[in-house]
Amino acid sequence: MSKVMKKRKPARPSTMKDAVTHYCPGCGHSVIHRLVAEVIEELGIQDKTIGVPPAGCAVLAYNYFDVDMVEAPHGRGAAVCTGIKRGNPELVVFSYQGDGDLAAIGTAEVIHAANRGENITIIFVNNAVYGMTGGQMAPTTLLGMKTTTSPIGREAHREGNPVNVCELLAVLGGSAYLERTAVNSVKGTIRTKKAIRKAFRTQLEGRGFSLVEILSPCPTNWKMSPQKSWEWIDEVMMKQFPLGVIKDTGKGEA
Amino acid sequence: MKSETKQLLRGTEAIGESAVRAGCQCYFGYPITPQNELTEYMARRMLEENRVFLQSESELAAINMVLGASATGKRVMTSSSSPGISLKQEGISFIAAMELPSVIVNVMRGGPGLGNIAPSQSDYYQATRGGGHGDYRTLVYAPASVQELADLTYEAFDKADAYRIPVMILADGMMGQMMEPVTFKTKPKDPKKLPSKKWALGGSKGRSSRFIRSLILNPDLEEEHNWRLYRKHQRIEEREVRFEEYNMTGANIAVVAYGTAARIAKAAVKRCVDKNMHVGLIRPITLWPFPMKHIYEAAGTVKHFLTFEMSAGQMIDDVKLAVEGRAGVSLYGRPGRVVPTPAELSRVITRTYNKIMKDYE
Repeated sequence: MSKVMKKRKPARPSTMKDAVTHYCPGCGHSVIHRLVAEVIEELGIQDKTIGVPPAGCAVLAYNYFDVDMVEAPHGRGAAVCTGIKRGNPELVVFSYQGDGDLAAIGTAEVIHAANRGENITIIFVNNAVYGMTGGQMAPTTLLGMKTTTSPIGREAHREGNPVNVCELLAVLGGSAYLERTAVNSVKGTIRTKKAIRKAFRTQLEGRGFSLVEILSPCPTNWKMSPQKSWEWIDEVMMKQFPLGVIKDTGKGEA
Repeated sequence: MKSETKQLLRGTEAIGESAVRAGCQCYFGYPITPQNELTEYMARRMLEENRVFLQSESELAAINMVLGASATGKRVMTSSSSPGISLKQEGISFIAAMELPSVIVNVMRGGPGLGNIAPSQSDYYQATRGGGHGDYRTLVYAPASVQELADLTYEAFDKADAYRIPVMILADGMMGQMMEPVTFKTKPKDPKKLPSKKWALGGSKGRSSRFIRSLILNPDLEEEHNWRLYRKHQRIEEREVRFEEYNMTGANIAVVAYGTAARIAKAAVKRCVDKNMHVGLIRPITLWPFPMKHIYEAAGTVKHFLTFEMSAGQMIDDVKLAVEGRAGVSLYGRPGRVVPTPAELSRVITRTYNKIMKDYE
């Protein structure tokens, strides 16, 4: 191997532990973990950050992030973050939540944290399905999408409509920065990292509640190849969940 | 508020002031009757002290805010009443599993369901058996005066820190609303001067990162964790049992009651003693750990234990466990809302006394 090649091999950020993740092949979590870890490293906030993992596939996030972490009961990430941040305004506090955790059981907590303008950051991973429990319908499951608990496909009159979290939070006074991105392409991954950095910066500047919603593939439960799942995000998911900055009080609403 | 001087305080205010004096740094709560005065008191006082007060969107959120703040080593409290405490049980289970110190006040009201807002003691099972899912306990204090509300709240913070356990103040609507003279015996603690907690989170400056969790997937490790909690519970059972006795020397019948019921019982027992009956009172101050050993020993001479509860009978189970069949145990329960007078209760004691003594003749 040439020296040039060695240099190019991406180093593990100092904010990640030397561990092999338990995530399925093609899952977006590993990529998103790395992006969050890189941002924490680049902002130099590793030693004053507290992370809150969810119940769900990312429950073991504390095995991967090399920052202080405390587990939240299912859906309560925003409330746990609120307690940490209110007691310790000098710390940087983030929760990492999936769509079931944040948009079903934890809806009240996230809405009120956003409305109070809690100065916290939420990394919201939307893969339209309950991953850890084995592929049940999520609040973000698309219409027509088959899951183990919507076996003939989700229909609005029977299972309700997909929840658009960013748009929901945008109308609240306390939300400062909301962006939706996707990690199904190199470009999207770079954009996602920028959004995560912006979200943490929003907190560091004391501007209030920030959340990045990341469309993320779940090949296992979507029963697709990783490649097909990337395409599916482009072709299907983005129609329901359009990408972009949904709200940014830093430069007027987008 | 001044120390050392007597002042007239409502129960809920005494809890609040005591918490502030104990160095409580964060309070999270959601309104529910009959404990709103406590939440309101904290709103005012925490602001004055430049500490954290937050009215949450639900009891679920409040207890999880407690979890977050406690994980960073803060002294933290929440309060509610029965239906709200049911909602908090999810968080209490996690807090117990993660061994996070916290003080939880339950100003009990009538149940089940919405019940009513009158004083009640029907949350005894919930309080003393952990309350949420899993194998755990909370240290439970049952104050019977406003002074004791103040003293035990103050101490609850120290015990919570010492054992890394949720501590519950189990009061009721009457305790909360009652006004009595209170003396604060100790100087207020400066939260900045509280001993640091080596296990707490606060950013990994100068050390490696750490995490606090309750998920332990490895069955061997989970069993070990449970046994560790069990050993802690045993230490608490050995050291922290508290009770009060009244006129127990030579008593043939012992009334067992706690909190508001114990006040009524004391007055009723006095009436019976005035009529030359050998009746005494055992008042558990800690409901968990329960004074098992003491009641077992008392059963050597006491012929009958009459438990008086403002419920359909919950503490009576612990009395029976303690007595181990060595004496009779019966219940006078008033569930729902009716708080009997000392005169009413003394008639019940007299009836029981006469019956028991007749059986022994």
